Amino acid sequence: MLSFDPWSWYITGPLISLVMATLLLIGRRFGISSNLRTMCSIAGAGKWSDYFRFDWKAQSWNLVFIAGTLAGGAIARFLLLKPGPVDLNPDTASALREMGVEDAGVAFAPEILFGSEAWSHPLSLLTLLLGGALVGFGTRWANGCTSGHAISGLSSLQWPSLIAVIGFFIGGLTVSHLILPIWLPLL
Amino acid sequence: MPFIFLLGLVFGITLTMGEVISWFRIQEMFHFDSFHMYGVIGAAIALGILFNVIAKRAGWKAAGGKEMDIYSYKAGWKRYLLGGAVFGMGWSITGACPGPLFIALGAGYLPILIAIAGALLGTLLYGLVMRHLPH
Repeated sequence: MLSFDPWSWYITGPLISLVMATLLLIGRRFGISSNLRTMCSIAGAGKWSDYFRFDWKAQSWNLVFIAGTLAGGAIARFLLLKPGPVDLNPDTASALREMGVEDAGVAFAPEILFGSEAWSHPLSLLTLLLGGALVGFGTRWANGCTSGHAISGLSSLQWPSLIAVIGFFIGGLTVSHLILPIWLPLL
Repeated sequence: MPFIFLLGLVFGITLTMGEVISWFRIQEMFHFDSFHMYGVIGAAIALGILFNVIAKRAGWKAAGGKEMDIYSYKAGWKRYLLGGAVFGMGWSITGACPGPLFIALGAGYLPILIAIAGALLGTLLYGLVMRHLPH
């Protein structure tokens, strides 16, 4: 059990580029959300839509990448990272506390959504289900997420990726400022 | 394959140590209250641009002498703007883009399983209705 402080942006950002560049150099590419399509195909979604009839085996390397990220999350949280809250900006923390997220500023993730408490709150589970559905639907519609558009696409100076990232922020800002202040107090 | 697993491992460790998987950090980003997330994404893009420029100038190839599989998105804007906005809404609600969905599960935040199930249902729904959506 080690106890490292969280990494700053200038460690975290460059390591993300390193992962992207290494994937390119071994003939792969950096894109997480395409795995959602692969997983649906494996589960038999090809019965309902041509979108899921593709050679998913050619994408199975990306599932191995995902498995690695799961292991990485476990190793980092349980063996490396010093337990403790996110050092949140007090303005964000107080805004979130006003919305009913009581542990803003004193936790790593809100208990009401990610703690064991969430299992006994149907509305928390509905929030996660709905939010997840928007992530899946939106990334497939936009043909990419933060890894494919924001990091890979902008790195190779693609206009569609810039439009997608603008879209990410239109959606995110709308929800964070207009929807969550009404929704979160209900949890 | 073990090497790809290792790369995923590095990515998972990085996003956890950098607190990118924290729902709070994503709210802070959408409130423009911290440089952290902009620094993370900005540094990743800046170095990514540098890599792509050098790779192009020097004519780097992928392993085995193949061309590197650089993304090339079809021109257009509707799917990117509209799909992007839908994803952005989900990013704010769950505090997770697709990578952190899985990393947070590994990190033991088990209720995120419901969000992963949601993401798969959302993907399925897209596959069913895509013909009727602007692209």
